[in-house]
Amino acid sequence: MKKVWERIAGSALLPFLSFLLAFFISGFFIAFSDANVLKTVGHPGKFITTALSTVGNAYLALFQGSIFDPNLTAGHGFMRGFYPLSETIVTATPLILTGLAVALAFQSGLFNIGAQGQFIFGAIGASYVGFHFTFSPVLHVALALIAGVVCAALYGGLVGLLKARTGAHEVIVTIMLNYIAGFFILWILKTTTFLRPRRIDPIAPDVKPSAQLPHLAGADFRLHAGILIALVAAYFVWWILNRTTIGFQFRAVGANASAARTAGISVSRVTISTMALCGALAGLGGAVHVLGSQYALTADIGGSFGFDAITVALLGRAKPFGTVLAALLFGALRTGGRTMQSNTTTPLDIVLVIQALIVLFIASPTLVRFIFKVKNLKTNAAMTAKGWNG
Amino acid sequence: MSLELNAITKSFGALIANDGINLAVNDGEIHAILGENGAGKSTLMNIVYGLLQPDSGEIKVDGKVVTINEPSDALAVGIGMVHQHFMLIPVFTVLENIVLGHENTSKVGKLKLHEARERLMKIANEFGFEIDPDAYVENLPVGVQQRVEILKALVYEAKVLILDEPTAVLTPQETDELIEVMKRLRAQGTSIIFISHKLREVKAVADRITVIRRGKVVATAQPSASQEELAALMVGRPVNLMPDKNPPKVGAPILVVKDLEILDPSGRALVSDVDFEVCAGEVLAIAGVQGNGQSELAEAMVNLQSHVRGSITVGGVEIVGKSVHESLHEGIAFVPESRELNGLIGSFSIAENLILDTHREAPYTKGFALSPKAVAIRGEEQAKEFDIRYQSIQDPVSSLSGGNKQKVVVARELSRPVKLVVASQPTRGLDVGSIEFVHERILAERDAGRAVLLFSTELDEVVALADRIAVMYAGKILAIVDATVSREELGLLMAGVKK
Repeated sequence: MKKVWERIAGSALLPFLSFLLAFFISGFFIAFSDANVLKTVGHPGKFITTALSTVGNAYLALFQGSIFDPNLTAGHGFMRGFYPLSETIVTATPLILTGLAVALAFQSGLFNIGAQGQFIFGAIGASYVGFHFTFSPVLHVALALIAGVVCAALYGGLVGLLKARTGAHEVIVTIMLNYIAGFFILWILKTTTFLRPRRIDPIAPDVKPSAQLPHLAGADFRLHAGILIALVAAYFVWWILNRTTIGFQFRAVGANASAARTAGISVSRVTISTMALCGALAGLGGAVHVLGSQYALTADIGGSFGFDAITVALLGRAKPFGTVLAALLFGALRTGGRTMQSNTTTPLDIVLVIQALIVLFIASPTLVRFIFKVKNLKTNAAMTAKGWNG
Repeated sequence: MSLELNAITKSFGALIANDGINLAVNDGEIHAILGENGAGKSTLMNIVYGLLQPDSGEIKVDGKVVTINEPSDALAVGIGMVHQHFMLIPVFTVLENIVLGHENTSKVGKLKLHEARERLMKIANEFGFEIDPDAYVENLPVGVQQRVEILKALVYEAKVLILDEPTAVLTPQETDELIEVMKRLRAQGTSIIFISHKLREVKAVADRITVIRRGKVVATAQPSASQEELAALMVGRPVNLMPDKNPPKVGAPILVVKDLEILDPSGRALVSDVDFEVCAGEVLAIAGVQGNGQSELAEAMVNLQSHVRGSITVGGVEIVGKSVHESLHEGIAFVPESRELNGLIGSFSIAENLILDTHREAPYTKGFALSPKAVAIRGEEQAKEFDIRYQSIQDPVSSLSGGNKQKVVVARELSRPVKLVVASQPTRGLDVGSIEFVHERILAERDAGRAVLLFSTELDEVVALADRIAVMYAGKILAIVDATVSREELGLLMAGVKK
């Protein structure tokens, strides 16, 4: 048991230290971008106190906006203070699934930049089944999810097929397919099938209540069953990779494709099934996003879930549970960032700085090792560098 | 220049890589350091070259103690090193590679190459090297690239040259050329430390031989010592260099290759007009200089080549057109040419590597689920049977020594029901003890009635194991001869000369 714990601590050390460093450095950005702080530059004592309080307030707002806000408890009871946490999880849920779509591809040696497009197709499929048909509640949710998953799996599988049959590089193909998905949703929302009656802006009807994912913590919180689906999916990905034959093949091809081929593993079959499975995961993310919190398909339904997924998977070291934690962190930063922007003078963009710095430090373990003087920092540099040269 | 090492000790954790090593290299001497993989040869040389610092001990150059903290210190006192894996930039020219790190520039930063060019050509002439300074390194054969490395050391006035396993990457001809180069350098007064585990070469070129085993100097031998004596010193027990071979009991043909042609993606023939048979109970060795189509032919046996015409049958079943998986399961054991690249997945555990081919079968797989426990149990059994030395069966296979890695490949391939064994360069880069093991294993398969197809560029190996020898040249089989043929005749055939 102790050994397992040591292993977890070992592989979490780099992300954790990177996280600390990112917050430390972002503190300077917050201080030096603040007008009040800059006014006090001439007075060292005052400058330091103002800077510290500005940074402190910003990070406090970030916390209150993402985990627990005591201001919300007044008149609504203690539990209401956790409203931000519910928001964090709602934001993180699709991100977990898209993150898994990227992480799984990493494990097979593929760089899936296409989670964005796959997410959009998942959202389209789920939305259509959600608003167009009528079924009994549980069945309707299930069918809508399946529709999203199938659409996206086909969209992702197409990438694998192109790579396996023609050698087309998955990075190029997925980037192009992201554009196609982005414009496809714009077009489809103008068709009479999808456009909400009496509307001219691109929005589809709300999915029927029978297709909506149930709320988990009452009507006051947006927290929905999607998080359970995401957690099960994370476990499923772990299981596939570590306890199944196909996962063994995924990892074998990812670690050394030519040795895998020599031992009789079909690399093209692995490529196709990996990409289909990745598509399915990202598509599940899109479906959950529509059925759990958005209800209506809009042109910008994808947000940046598919792109942040790459960062999330990287931060989670392409491991399923690491990805879950990384997605929760990103969800917290995003939701907290909004509160930070409205309650303090610190802009939302600082959140992007923090995210970027975390990734920067994760990608340069030598630097982190040097700063913190730790030896034996477990790195996964191969993962960061691989994928581009196929 | 003379070099003296006194009581050099270096340990990595609990492992003592060098234990009080004394070594003296005289002026103008070729001093061979002989030892198995992992004996501590490379550690010692990295200490001399400043890549590692010793825990204790001293280095003397011409009788004076020197401190070598990094390679530039070594170069400053006249020690140069040619690494086993070249430190050249492939897309640079020879000249650019040689000035790298010592660039002379004009005031505005323009590279001044003409002085360096003159110096390079002067040194090349002095030592009798033919080299085109403007050729791109990536276009040069391996042997010539090695000469660039040597020149690089000479241009910076190395008086002691360390050659770390220089012949590991060379063909027999290139090895002969290298030996000539070494003799010429010696004649010009350069001392050479020649690191190797190949007995024949060491005997051919060295003035003195220091044998290292498990981090200690066990003997200093003369090149007149026999190969058996040297091998015994190296391994620490008597070694059988020529495996005992029973007379073959040849049975029915197992592998029949007819009109085989292998094309590259652009349609050029890499291998053509290949016809041969291998019978049960015999070893057919395919000899030849590297790059004459052997690699492609070997891969075609299990359908790793995609453009193949003609017919390959194993036990009467046509192989061409099948998948790799199906071919392997027709009863072919396949030991690929490069165990690192094609044989093993370095980051996977020893146990996982042992079931790379059979992972989808019971007891490892039930339905979709893979049982890590069954994999580990099987791994331990196989490791025991094939004498694989490991700490934990869950350790990554990359942590094993070369010999043990090859045992993993051999164990995996011979654990299926096998009719035909295809082994491609099965002992490349292995130490004497492991070579002995692999050779005995191959002969045991032959005696058990399997057909064995051996691809090897090592003449010693071909002669020791084969019952018949096919020589490949320029993608064709030039001749199939009996194993009793003379070495000279084989050498001529390998050079493409047919009587």
